[in-house]
Amino acid sequence: EGGMGTVKQSDDFTLTGSLPSARAHRRFCELLPQEHRSVEESLQARVSLEQILSLPELKANPFKERICKVFSTSPSRDSLSFEDFLDLLSVFSDTATPDIKSHYAFRIFDFDDDGTLNREDLSQLVNCLTGESEDTRLSASEMKQLIDNILEESDIDRDGTINLSEFQHVISRSPDFASFTV
Amino acid sequence: MSQSPAFVLNVLETPEDPEGQEPSPYDESEVHDSFHQLIQEQSRWVAEEGLELQQRQPETGALGASGSDHETMLGPEGAPVYSMATLRILASMPSRTIGRSRGAIISQYYSRTVKLRRRAGRPQLRDMGRSARPSLRLYDLELDSAVLEEEEKRGLLVKELQGLTAAQRDHMLRGMPLSLAEKRGLREESRPPRGKHRAQWHRGLLSCCDQLRDSCVLASHNLGLALLSGLQALMPWHYALKRIGGRFGSSVLSYFLFLKTLLAFNTLLLPPLLAFIVGVQAAFPPAPTGPVPAFTGLELLTGGGYFTHSVMYYGYYSNATLNQPCASPLDGSQCTPEAGSLPYSMPLAYLFTLGAAFFITCITLVYSMSRSFGESYRVGSTSGVHAITVFCSWDYKVTQRWATRLQHDNIRTQLKELLAEWQSRQHRRSACGQLRRVAVLGLVWLLCLGTTLGCTLAVYTFSELMIKSPVSAEREAVLLLLPLVVCLLNLGGPYLFRILAALERHDSPVLEVYVAICRNLILKMVTLGILCYHWLGRRVGTLKDQCWENFVGQELYRLMVMDFIFTLLDTLLGELVWRLFSEKQLKRKGKPEFDIAGNVLELIYGQTLTWLGVLFSPLLPAMQIIKLLLLFYIKKASLMANCQAPRRPWKASHMSTVFISLLCFPSFLGAAVFLCYAVWQVKPSSTCGPFRTLDTMYEAGKVWVRRLEKAGPRVSWLPWIHRYLVEDTFPIYLVSALLLAVIYLNIQVVKGQRKVICLLKEQISNEGEDKIFLINKLQRVYERKERSRSSREAGQSQELSVLTSGANLGPVFSVKCGRGP
Repeated sequence: EGGMGTVKQSDDFTLTGSLPSARAHRRFCELLPQEHRSVEESLQARVSLEQILSLPELKANPFKERICKVFSTSPSRDSLSFEDFLDLLSVFSDTATPDIKSHYAFRIFDFDDDGTLNREDLSQLVNCLTGESEDTRLSASEMKQLIDNILEESDIDRDGTINLSEFQHVISRSPDFASFTV
Repeated sequence: MSQSPAFVLNVLETPEDPEGQEPSPYDESEVHDSFHQLIQEQSRWVAEEGLELQQRQPETGALGASGSDHETMLGPEGAPVYSMATLRILASMPSRTIGRSRGAIISQYYSRTVKLRRRAGRPQLRDMGRSARPSLRLYDLELDSAVLEEEEKRGLLVKELQGLTAAQRDHMLRGMPLSLAEKRGLREESRPPRGKHRAQWHRGLLSCCDQLRDSCVLASHNLGLALLSGLQALMPWHYALKRIGGRFGSSVLSYFLFLKTLLAFNTLLLPPLLAFIVGVQAAFPPAPTGPVPAFTGLELLTGGGYFTHSVMYYGYYSNATLNQPCASPLDGSQCTPEAGSLPYSMPLAYLFTLGAAFFITCITLVYSMSRSFGESYRVGSTSGVHAITVFCSWDYKVTQRWATRLQHDNIRTQLKELLAEWQSRQHRRSACGQLRRVAVLGLVWLLCLGTTLGCTLAVYTFSELMIKSPVSAEREAVLLLLPLVVCLLNLGGPYLFRILAALERHDSPVLEVYVAICRNLILKMVTLGILCYHWLGRRVGTLKDQCWENFVGQELYRLMVMDFIFTLLDTLLGELVWRLFSEKQLKRKGKPEFDIAGNVLELIYGQTLTWLGVLFSPLLPAMQIIKLLLLFYIKKASLMANCQAPRRPWKASHMSTVFISLLCFPSFLGAAVFLCYAVWQVKPSSTCGPFRTLDTMYEAGKVWVRRLEKAGPRVSWLPWIHRYLVEDTFPIYLVSALLLAVIYLNIQVVKGQRKVICLLKEQISNEGEDKIFLINKLQRVYERKERSRSSREAGQSQELSVLTSGANLGPVFSVKCGRGP
């Protein structure tokens, strides 16, 4: 049938490796209410952010809201369709190229969505990494020193922000970026 | 000045944004603007402008242009304040839109596709408009100076994609960071249209073939995908590894992946041995030489007794040609060849199978090492450690909440350590401190090497003692003493090294790990070296009339068994008991860390033993496989119950490369050297084994080549190869010289790449300064315009007020112009 054909076609692009599109479809359907789980409806339906955030892979991730926002194509950026869900899985799979991963990582880290990582973005990023509570954050002087060092190392054109090319250059120097998989 | 020049830019149509709304990054209808038109207008305007308005502050003008520009941009604390128009232009700068706008991505990949298709480099510079600054990135965003809409760009991309082959097109599409729906649309549009072929009948035939081929391709593709997913599900421990990665992160996972790799190597080694050596000999068992001892349980530990006269050891194998078509004629009569039998020379099979198996293992090892090295090494990868830590260190595989909390703690500690390290590097240590540090380092290394020497002497003395007191058949358990001593030293040595390492202070924690690995490795390899000397140097002499190969095989078996038992003990004591002890007695919350380096070295040691012993005991790889399987489950159980992930920063891919290099260099190379020496130089024992009548094992091959020479001219190429390529030393020199040349060239290439990177970075930072200069100029232009407009309005309202009230107030400049220097 057409619905599952579309679903299977996505395998060519996503090659989600351990989670082919049919299984992803099943996972997605589990998030929908019982009456909307037919194939046609599920391809059109949208799942709210809260439900996506309840997935086990995303539940404990500090970047979960940003991840959902980046992949959501709805106008108000608060729900994910099945295609968005597939996009998410494909970017986070083992088979996505490092180019795609770094591109999406950049968009996830860009908290104010302006196309560059400025100091506020970086400090928010570091706070996400170190923990939510007050006593786990770095002190203000440490934060400033850290951001200065980061900009010193990665801002090649010295404009005070890190754009996509500079970010990809930094990432390409670290082979451990394969950890950007779920 | 009174005229207001007409500006062409769209942006200036809406200068009054009441709430100062930022341009939404998702306005896909925004087109890319180069600075071309803006700069033209501005240069014209500046030329026309004669009189400037009275400024509130004197403009620093062109004098300290770069200085003040820098002040503006990199202001001390507060961010520089720009007008909305400037911000709008800033937001649509190509370097910013590439990170968020679909049109930019499409045009970027359009240029990439063009490059791919036409194999051309960057377009000529003279195609660019004079002021549409050619970007120094690899791809240009605009190939012509006309402004293209997103739809047009998309059409261009589709056209370019149609020109690629299907495989290239798919590869290109897979690499694009666009959403699935768009990729699907692009693919649909760029498929070559098939409907046109249906018009003519011979083309109809072609379309049939095309369709058939397409459906075959699709079917095989689907089958391949199904197989792949099925295979992955079947892959051993797939789910278990996922769980381990989810709870402990990629660093602990690297140990288990290494275990899997070793299992793969042993599985590669075993089938040829089973098929060509063990299986054949088991099918044609030789005549028993004496009474076979009964099976007691001790054989499992010592490997002797009942196992001595079995396929397990070298001595069992016959030195004759099995399954000979012609039985040796006892009475000189003609022999009648039996039908359907293939003569099988056991010595040749033994030699060649082992040689081939080792060669394949060597190739596989070198290939996986070079691939791992290629993945983990980058030119200039040692710098930028802060940025890399912040951007790359979050492990997305971790899914449990408590593991996430642990990651938060680890990352925070790592960041603080990095900052502290950076701080300490800023303050140069005094000469006295440096000297002290070097002295302590030297002392600790001396102590460690001294410990190693002590262990070596102990093993040597003990082995000499074992030679002097021969062991009778009843007291075979005494043979277990030497392996026991070796394993005890291997167990105690690393703990001692860890205590000694607490004395020295390293700058970076990663260096500590490397140094610890180095020391442990030296201890293990030197011990093994002494044992090899003991076997090939001394035992061969003392066991003249007996089967020394069997003895060596049994020794290696005993070592392997003891090693396994001691690993179990170490896991039990080091992890389980320590956790119970620390929880009950010391009342500490933290579980013991999983010692990745130590465990990996033990795996490498075990594999070295296997490779050393394969010549004397062909079934040793099977034992190693069983041992690795058991080890996996035991280590996993202990890990889940007792341990936590290590706190030290651990670059998983780096360490995988280090592990596999260690497997290749000291371990495999040492085993290969030992084997070569045993095959080429040592006289095999004359009472047992497939080489009992020869001077060296290698002679079997030589004898065969001589026989081939006599056989006739048909197979003369083989003896020719043997004489001129193997026995002659010139080809070896040639190959080594070529290898050295290749290595030297690669080093030079890497050096050159580093230089080029430095130069490019300088260029980019110069361009960045240009950009800052231009942005500030832009900002001044808008400010001036604002001021002129507001002053005009103020002047108009002034006139009105003068007309209405008659008072003459001085020109008032609106507060709006106060937007910074």
